[in-house]
Amino acid sequence: MLSLTWFLGLSAILFTIGTIGVLTRKNAIVIFMSVELMLNAVNLTLVSFSSFMGDIHGQILVFFSLCVAAAEAAVGLAIIIAIFRNNHTVDITKIKLLRW
Amino acid sequence: MELLHDINLYLPGTIIAIAGLVVMMLSAFNADHKTVYWTSILFTAVALVRSFADLFVTQTEVFHNMAAVGGIASFGTFIILTGTLFTLLLCYDYFEKVGNYHSEVYAIILFATVGMVVLATATNLVTVFLGLETMSIALYVLAGVVKSDKRGIEAALKYFLLGAFSTGFFLYGIALLYGAAGSTSLADIGAVTEKGLIYWAGVSLLLTGFFFKVSAVPFHMWTPDVYQGSATPITGYMATAAKSAGFISLILILSRALDTSVEQWSEVFKVIAVLTMVFGNIIALVQTNVKRMLAYSSIAHAGYILVGLAAGTPEGYTAVQFYLFAYTLMNIGAFGVIAYYERYKGADLTELDNYAGLGFEKPLMAVVLSIFLFSLAGIPPLLGFAGKYLVFAAAVQADMILLAVIGVLTSAAAAFYYLRVMVYLFMKPAVKDIKLAPVGGIYTSVIVILALLTVVLGVMPWTIADILATF
Repeated sequence: MLSLTWFLGLSAILFTIGTIGVLTRKNAIVIFMSVELMLNAVNLTLVSFSSFMGDIHGQILVFFSLCVAAAEAAVGLAIIIAIFRNNHTVDITKIKLLRW
Repeated sequence: MELLHDINLYLPGTIIAIAGLVVMMLSAFNADHKTVYWTSILFTAVALVRSFADLFVTQTEVFHNMAAVGGIASFGTFIILTGTLFTLLLCYDYFEKVGNYHSEVYAIILFATVGMVVLATATNLVTVFLGLETMSIALYVLAGVVKSDKRGIEAALKYFLLGAFSTGFFLYGIALLYGAAGSTSLADIGAVTEKGLIYWAGVSLLLTGFFFKVSAVPFHMWTPDVYQGSATPITGYMATAAKSAGFISLILILSRALDTSVEQWSEVFKVIAVLTMVFGNIIALVQTNVKRMLAYSSIAHAGYILVGLAAGTPEGYTAVQFYLFAYTLMNIGAFGVIAYYERYKGADLTELDNYAGLGFEKPLMAVVLSIFLFSLAGIPPLLGFAGKYLVFAAAVQADMILLAVIGVLTSAAAAFYYLRVMVYLFMKPAVKDIKLAPVGGIYTSVIVILALLTVVLGVMPWTIADILATF
């Protein structure tokens, strides 16, 4: 059986990929996908901790985080659609009415 | 029966949750604006009275130690509900004027308030997460609630992307702390003795998530854009109630779960507090838009609050609670007056140039705005001064004299940009012929009540400080 470190390492790598994606991409939908990747990496951490400690609470928390991610997706995609209607683009470098 | 007992103890949150559902149903049946407005205000007022009564009960925990009642948690609920009530009262006139009113606004405000109440009372990382997300998701919607306003939608997008990003860090922090402590309860995390890499990584990620939500430098990038783009009463709501909920939750986590690592995080808080105060105030100096200026000022105020947290003492926490209450009253008032000035169609009246000579057009509003701005600048004997005094005194008591000195200096510099608004209002000749719209009776009285509270409680700060001292 693999040790806990492998699982934590994998989720840390996934989380980093997600973070880099958010920071470097320009398309709002791709950024949003990267955020989802980050959240799922965290879910992996939670599940592996939960399984290795024999404690059920971590897995319950994953359900909560899935629900929150779904709610966030619903609101987020609605906002992105509204942006597309107004600006005919979802490229965040071209959405710049507000700047100092 | 235990559940009913707990629900009774947790009544303010429960009432607001029911109110949200009721108002949502009312909008589904096409109730008119007045009905929706008064229903939400009635429920919130009842919850507010109950949360005030809760300030004097013995502190206990409900729902299997998931949430706290009494003490800091109840005072947090009280601040949040005060902010919500005044915001709701200001909403009617504003949305009637914008002409783009959806009755769902009230339901979403109430749902956001439920999230804030849960966040401010949470004693388990699961409830912290749920409260924070309920609040944030509702606020993303509120930022873009005026769909015809391009800037509002842009604000919503920026808020959403950066908010979701910070949620990732926050949740990772929770997961790692869960791994380090074997439990998500704040008390169990406080009992951790073996502090390895996982523990410290968890603490830092969790705090990063919080710094995002309370807009501390360097995690503040979203704040000016979101505050400028959102509908003005909603901006006031975000800047006060949402921020208070975040800070109260931070106090609960710091005092219950991270009490044993106070030397380490106190250093981090010092650095962040200095950055936030200096950066927020300096950028605010050069703003030409009043709403954006208040957004940077709200970053600076987060810095003053972080000074109180950096002290890491009970006095510091008490000072922070007082400060949050003071900040809620004066900032909702300031945004309320700005929302009123915005009512002239065709001109972007949030630009400072347009304020020239407005002071004599409607003297009452201009005088009241001056009171709020003086209070934000921390000029005695107003409420803002008492708040700043307590926060800096707590820092001095904890031997952080340099931090307090930087705080006092930056808040002296801040007086410049607050006073500049008054110079425009009263001392510059009007350049444009701007006729202000008549003010509704409720709107005026709400703003005047807020101003009175700012003055009266500022003269008698012990009325609140005495309650806080019993926690």
